Amino acid sequence: MSILIGRETRLVVQGITGREGEFHARAMQAYGTAIVGGMTPGKGGQKALDDTVPVFDTMSEAVRETGANTSCIFVPAAGAPDAILEAAAAGIGTIFCITEGIPALDMVPVVAAVRAAGATLIGPNCPGATSPGRAKVGIIPGSIHRDGSVGVVSRSGTLTYEAVQAMTDAGIGQSTCVGIGGDPIIGSTFLEVLQLFAADPETEAIVLIGEIGGAAEEEAAAWAATNLAGVPKAAFIAGRTAPEGKRMGHAGAIISGGAGTAGSKVAALEAAGFGVAGSPTELPQLLRDAGYRG
Amino acid sequence: MKIQEADAKKLLLAQGLPVPPWEVARSPAEARAAASRLLHGAGHARQVVIKAQVLVGGRGKAGGVRLAATDDEAEHVADDILGMSIKGIAVRKVLVAPAADIVRELYLAAVLDRAARRILLMGSAEGGIEIEQVAATNPDAIVRIHADPLLGLRDWQARELAFRLGLNAHLKATVGIAKGLVRTMLANDADLVEINPLAIVREGAGAGEERLVCLDAKITLDDSALFRHQDHEALRDPDEEAPADAEARRHDISFIHLDGTIGCMVNGAGLAMTTMDLVKRAGGEPANFLDIGGGAKAERVAAAMRLILAEPRVEAILVNIFGGITRGDEVALGLIEARKQQSRDVPMVVRIVGTNAAEAARLLEEAHFETAASLDEAAEKAVAAARAQGQAA
Repeated sequence: MSILIGRETRLVVQGITGREGEFHARAMQAYGTAIVGGMTPGKGGQKALDDTVPVFDTMSEAVRETGANTSCIFVPAAGAPDAILEAAAAGIGTIFCITEGIPALDMVPVVAAVRAAGATLIGPNCPGATSPGRAKVGIIPGSIHRDGSVGVVSRSGTLTYEAVQAMTDAGIGQSTCVGIGGDPIIGSTFLEVLQLFAADPETEAIVLIGEIGGAAEEEAAAWAATNLAGVPKAAFIAGRTAPEGKRMGHAGAIISGGAGTAGSKVAALEAAGFGVAGSPTELPQLLRDAGYRG
Repeated sequence: MKIQEADAKKLLLAQGLPVPPWEVARSPAEARAAASRLLHGAGHARQVVIKAQVLVGGRGKAGGVRLAATDDEAEHVADDILGMSIKGIAVRKVLVAPAADIVRELYLAAVLDRAARRILLMGSAEGGIEIEQVAATNPDAIVRIHADPLLGLRDWQARELAFRLGLNAHLKATVGIAKGLVRTMLANDADLVEINPLAIVREGAGAGEERLVCLDAKITLDDSALFRHQDHEALRDPDEEAPADAEARRHDISFIHLDGTIGCMVNGAGLAMTTMDLVKRAGGEPANFLDIGGGAKAERVAAAMRLILAEPRVEAILVNIFGGITRGDEVALGLIEARKQQSRDVPMVVRIVGTNAAEAARLLEEAHFETAASLDEAAEKAVAAARAQGQAA
């Protein structure tokens, strides 16, 4: 099993005719993800990915014609909030928004509206998710994964690849690997993804990869302390050397007013029973130390 | 992006908020002229306040906010403040305003609450001091009200805020200001609109009339929204932007200067922070945070190298690339090109994995670059190289 995506995923790629959208759609298809459609307004009727995928003008049409249940958004920042709302209105259940640079205030009503529609949003500014051997939605390189039972949740992209590669190299596979995004306002938080992992019978251990800024890691740690008590857990927090008041690349990665420091997150995670790594390469050993045998 | 107080006040005025008049002066003579207009003009201010315009907190504590009662005194005070440096930033301009007759100081701000994913209005009856201090010493004094994500801040919510802050006598004004802060936030894509102090001031002669006004203003704008606010580019203060920062922005590179000796070039923000952390863990100090972003080509790599080498303290460079969208061979070509143009000889340790890593490894080997297989190894090698370089110098 897996969370968010799996063999039942029927994906529409919003922005499939763009450079990024096409490139990554191809990689997703090659990985084995069922891409049932693409969507670009004004390009309905065309076929994408070497004539294998029909393109639709609207999401409602795409859902009606293909029975899609998942979407992945590669639309530029100015149009991405609208693309999310269109997917939710069309009845898509799981929406991944890869787009970086969406104004934070745009996401406030969008997140509320997506929830009201009963959909799940991952991102924006996220690398997507992979369920090894089943499906990959987003931009995470498929080659780094190995099928297994560790649930990985992370706020960043390449750092996640680093950590997952280290796990794969050590023979530790993943049930699902989810990048929730580095923006201040995101559709799904660490806590919400941990709740999904907790309900997944095949996820037997957790790896959480956080960074400075906000308090989402602390919130997740507090929940995990009681709800994932017996589960092997390891974590890594980036930004121990980050100065206060500077936005470290990700819009959400900023220490302000003494809050959101790596120290606070490490302490909260350790108190909740996570083994906290000093380097991503130590994560496999920490899982073993916590009793993980998978 | 942080903006200066005077610019923040303009954005508040544009939304109809009550802000007393002010002028900006860049020299003691300009400050004298401004003070003269305020002291002897229609308003007949008894004193003026002269405030350093720098984008850091704690101006008052540093002596950057002072009063003056005469033209001479204003010129003298402005001369002092314009010669100051606050937290390392030279004061190049001052704001001159009539000194308010303050009856009571409060705090009011609209901020983006990440955890609640809503706009949060935060008020405190204790104004004039930093909100973090109130939160630490008297958290119950802070009133928190979330605007509805779809319906915005409603009147009843703003009234509740007014009553809880004891502003019953200024109910209408408080509602207007609270809603105005949220409006200012939305109209400008601000992450923060902070009024500290929001003050009840006495205006006119004798007992006078009491009025609620925004005496200070702090606004930070969402960098991601600058694309739809062309006018905000003019609010970027060139006096306070280091040349390296402007150069980084031109090349779409995320760059933050730090005080160490090991320059870092990485793709991805999380990995860039991690690389810095591992440099520190290996006993070194990072000279910068640098994210070349996704899909960087040779040209951006060369620009990143110039930024790193512009800092004379840099004694070694660590390049860490986990190729996904970014192609390792492109980065390798960029490094080879950059080294040819390099102004000085600094040891470099390169680690490239992921997309086209094998081709990158071949290119780097041919060009005799020092490489590393793992991130931990790369950090250790870079720290050792910096030590050797430091001892040689």
